[in-house]
Amino acid sequence: MRQQLEAIRTKAAEKLSELKQASELEQLRVEILGKKGELTQILKQMGKLDPSERPVIGQLANEVRAYIEQKLDTKKAELESYELAKKLEEEKIDITLPGKSMPLGNKHPLETVIDEIKEIFVGMGFEIVEGPEVESDYYNFEALNIPKDHPARDTQDTFYITENILLRTQTSPVQVRVMEKQKPPIRILSPGRVYRSDALDATHSPLFHQIEGLVVDKGITFADLKGTLQTFVKRLYGEDSVVRFRPHHFPFTEPSAEVDVQCFSCHGKGCRLCKNEGWIEILGCGMVHPKVLENCGIDPNEYSGFALGLGLERVAMRRYGIDDIRLFYENDIRFLKQFK
Amino acid sequence: MNLSYKWLKDFVDIDDIGPREFAEAMTMSGSKVECWSYEGEKLSNVVVCKILSMDKHPDADKLKVCMVDIGEAEPIQIVTAATNVKPGDLVPVAKDKSTLADGTKITKGKLRGVLSLGMFCGLEEIGVTKHDFPYADEEGVLVIQEDCKPGDDIREALGLNDLTVEFEITSNRPDCFSVIGLAREAAATFDKSLKLHTPVVKGGFGDCTNMLDVKIENPELCKIYAARIVKNVRVKSSPRWMRERLRAMGVRPINNIVDITNYVMLEYGQPMHAFDLRFIKDGKIRIRNAAKGEKITTLDGIERTLKSSNLVIADAEKPVAIAGVMGGEYSGIVDDTTTIVFESANFLGSSVRITAKEQGMRTDASSRFEKGLDVNSCIPALERACELVEMLDAGDVTDGIIVDDKSDARVTKISFEPEKINKFLSTNLSEQDMIKILEKIECKVEGYEITVPSFRPDLIHFADIAEEIARFYGYNNIPDTAVAGGAQGKYSPEQKFKNRIIDTMTALGCNEIMTYSFISPKQYSKLTMPESHRLRKSLVISNPLGEDTSIMRTTALPSMLDILSKNYNNRNKEAYLFEIAKEYIPNGENELPNELNKLICGMYGAQADYFTIKGIMEELLSNIGINNYDIERAESEYAYHPGRSAYIVINGEKAGIIGEIHPTVCKNFEIGERVYCLELDIDMLFKLAVSEHKYTPLPRFPAVSRDIAIICDENIPVLTLERAIQKATGKLLEKVTLFDVYQGKQVESGKKSVAFNITLRSAESTLTDEQIKTVMDKSVKALADLGAQLRA
Repeated sequence: MRQQLEAIRTKAAEKLSELKQASELEQLRVEILGKKGELTQILKQMGKLDPSERPVIGQLANEVRAYIEQKLDTKKAELESYELAKKLEEEKIDITLPGKSMPLGNKHPLETVIDEIKEIFVGMGFEIVEGPEVESDYYNFEALNIPKDHPARDTQDTFYITENILLRTQTSPVQVRVMEKQKPPIRILSPGRVYRSDALDATHSPLFHQIEGLVVDKGITFADLKGTLQTFVKRLYGEDSVVRFRPHHFPFTEPSAEVDVQCFSCHGKGCRLCKNEGWIEILGCGMVHPKVLENCGIDPNEYSGFALGLGLERVAMRRYGIDDIRLFYENDIRFLKQFK
Repeated sequence: MNLSYKWLKDFVDIDDIGPREFAEAMTMSGSKVECWSYEGEKLSNVVVCKILSMDKHPDADKLKVCMVDIGEAEPIQIVTAATNVKPGDLVPVAKDKSTLADGTKITKGKLRGVLSLGMFCGLEEIGVTKHDFPYADEEGVLVIQEDCKPGDDIREALGLNDLTVEFEITSNRPDCFSVIGLAREAAATFDKSLKLHTPVVKGGFGDCTNMLDVKIENPELCKIYAARIVKNVRVKSSPRWMRERLRAMGVRPINNIVDITNYVMLEYGQPMHAFDLRFIKDGKIRIRNAAKGEKITTLDGIERTLKSSNLVIADAEKPVAIAGVMGGEYSGIVDDTTTIVFESANFLGSSVRITAKEQGMRTDASSRFEKGLDVNSCIPALERACELVEMLDAGDVTDGIIVDDKSDARVTKISFEPEKINKFLSTNLSEQDMIKILEKIECKVEGYEITVPSFRPDLIHFADIAEEIARFYGYNNIPDTAVAGGAQGKYSPEQKFKNRIIDTMTALGCNEIMTYSFISPKQYSKLTMPESHRLRKSLVISNPLGEDTSIMRTTALPSMLDILSKNYNNRNKEAYLFEIAKEYIPNGENELPNELNKLICGMYGAQADYFTIKGIMEELLSNIGINNYDIERAESEYAYHPGRSAYIVINGEKAGIIGEIHPTVCKNFEIGERVYCLELDIDMLFKLAVSEHKYTPLPRFPAVSRDIAIICDENIPVLTLERAIQKATGKLLEKVTLFDVYQGKQVESGKKSVAFNITLRSAESTLTDEQIKTVMDKSVKALADLGAQLRA
């Protein structure tokens, strides 16, 4: 029996060394160690042995079983690792093939710029307020100190629906609507579409976007206006931007100013971008005209405020180097896709 | 407004200030300089030469070989084809390596084998016209009749050495549309004195006051009308200095009389008009409203029909000028004019503005009047004109001024509140500093009262005074401070909702577009919208740029289809687009419209089909908190495919439409692909959206999955079957998912096979076989009620 056991051990070792596939391992295990396997068959004959021999043979049998089992495990691991390696080798791909497309869409570039400006002002405590685009003459002009015969009406060629209803030429009417409803302190920003009857060309569009801000409270000063806009311009154009305030005229503010930022390209020396001026005009602003406050039921002796406004298309055109305003409204997908 | 720097220097001593410094300082004190340029800036190396000799060219009949003196030791040789020159003439010569007015470079060269060291120049090469040098031959070389010598730079010789500064003048400062107005600003800016000149008229040619009878009949529109009369007019060219100044300010010299009116207008800002006294019937001037339909032929030769609101200057019979806009042709200066009337008047700005606009003739005069001029400048301007007539020997000035003055001598006074100004500006200026600034701009300060000069109608309020102080103190010297007091910046819930939609749509692969709110009414027909459809009623723009942008859209669909069409026709293979677009629905006649917010999504391309866009919609709606909605077939909706479109219905109300665009509409919009659109009413969704999300505990008990396959009539929508299963399974249902729809060989025609996977789960316990059997049986029964049979 001892020989038989040894023979099984040898045979198993031989067979194992010849084995090529993991699937054959199980077959071999059954053949030797299974219920009807060779080793099992031998062990079944243990009863016939001399009792003194039983422990010795029993131990040997266990050793053989353990040996074979261990060999089987080793071989199994070996074969599996070989097969895995082979599989991985077969699965090799051209890692330069293009990826599967999961395209994101893009926001419109104007929307991106509007969002950025809104964020800056929200950070400074402004509330975002919107209002109607089709407006009454009163809110668009009269309340803003631009009566019917005012020459400023000529510079803002207006689309009219009726004599008293028009397409707003500025987002300022939103300010009037807010001031009528809300008591100061007021800190609002109103972005939106505005309309002027300019024929469409590379730099003019009959529809464009404006963002206007308004602050009204007790003791608001011209210095507050300057400080707020300094912060805004630096957040929008970078901390190292150089800003200047230049006197100007708007009917609804007094004093009024235009804000220039030093040319990004030539840093003030004068170049094509800044038309040799060294500065680029970016927004208009001023202290709210006392008449406007009065028109909205706010006492100008108690309160003061400032207002600011800028055209978005121009900001976006400069930011992205776009030289034709029409591109924004043509919406060619090849254009839109450029603004990730 | 172009300003001659030389002219400016008549009134303010700024010799020590260069153009850059001038432009910068004027800009910062409120008179924005757009740009500046030197006359003859490009001309270089062009000098005066004297022709010493002229000989025939050996090989060309039309050329001559000249020796010319250019003020150097040796004369040089120039070959020319000019026929209007002779030895002894002074002419401009562009030497070797010179540049002409238009930037052309000239170098020496051989003409038919003979060396020419440069080129003689005519008017055009120097950049001037016959108006500047009336004696010049326009065709030939400029033979100079000025006081100059060989070698002189041509710019000096011809007086092409002024600096022209271009200003942007804001509408509140009509006084700055003049040399004197800008000189006043310059004097205040550079702290120099303003040297004003009081015109002196000698006269002495008889009294004129009986020669003309002037009456203002509408004192609302004309405040003052003043006239002087000049006899024995001698019409000729103006002297060179006058022509040079006019040219530098962009005005073409004509003759001495016209030039004088223009000169005075530029200097004082007061438009002038001159007319022939002969043509004034009965010597009567009436400033009156036109009779309705009255006609006048203006100086530009156009016959114009007037309205009764138009103010005219008329004689006893007829209008001779449209007040403040343009004179009549009939009464203009002609060759045999002997006696002229100079008119200087003040007309109401708004009236001139409206008249000029109505007549479509904005002139230099009207654009000045319409901003509102100073009544007090009429007479000094008139005197100045007569002084110039005498200076130029253009005629004999009579004595006296004929004037009708209806102006009130009202003077604006404003309280002087230094403390309030300092507080308002955050400055710390002394009263004296402020008074000094105010006096520089000719405001009188007496005690705490400011008297405003009549040429500054823009100064009315405290804030106006604050601005004057601020701009001369320097805006940039005022500190920058942050607004005091905390404030909470925020977006409204509606704005956040819109932002969420935009973020979701872009995450789903759609690109945001922006379209015009106005469209052509033809777009409705292109959509096949029925003639009687309520959306055909749109707001109409009364003065549109064109038919294409003449009405406010009541639907955003054509805007989207237009953009898809542009993309398609630009050969873009696919486009997945969306916009949050406004639609403008009219209300009553004098009411503002409703502005509705719509989400519109549109697409074409390889991946685009009904289920792609529906998938986008489902993802969007779930992401913005809309979980319960029905899909109902939209069979009779214009613009959409009757078999492939549906309404999105929430609580019985239509919240939108989704589907394929009707092939006819695609054709109308010139899109050669199937197009899919989705329109959602954002205002409605906003009201219904669930924005609060509560945590649902993760399940503790296992789920059971069962498939169910049925055969039913092909017309039963899958949604109906799904709803039946939902109802039958009730609380135990986790989800029901469609996994197969089949029509074909194995299924009887008119029927379809549909298969669902049903996931059941209880939150309280593991489901028993019995529980499962019960709900599955119920489901089968519910489906059977709809005519569906379990598939064998």
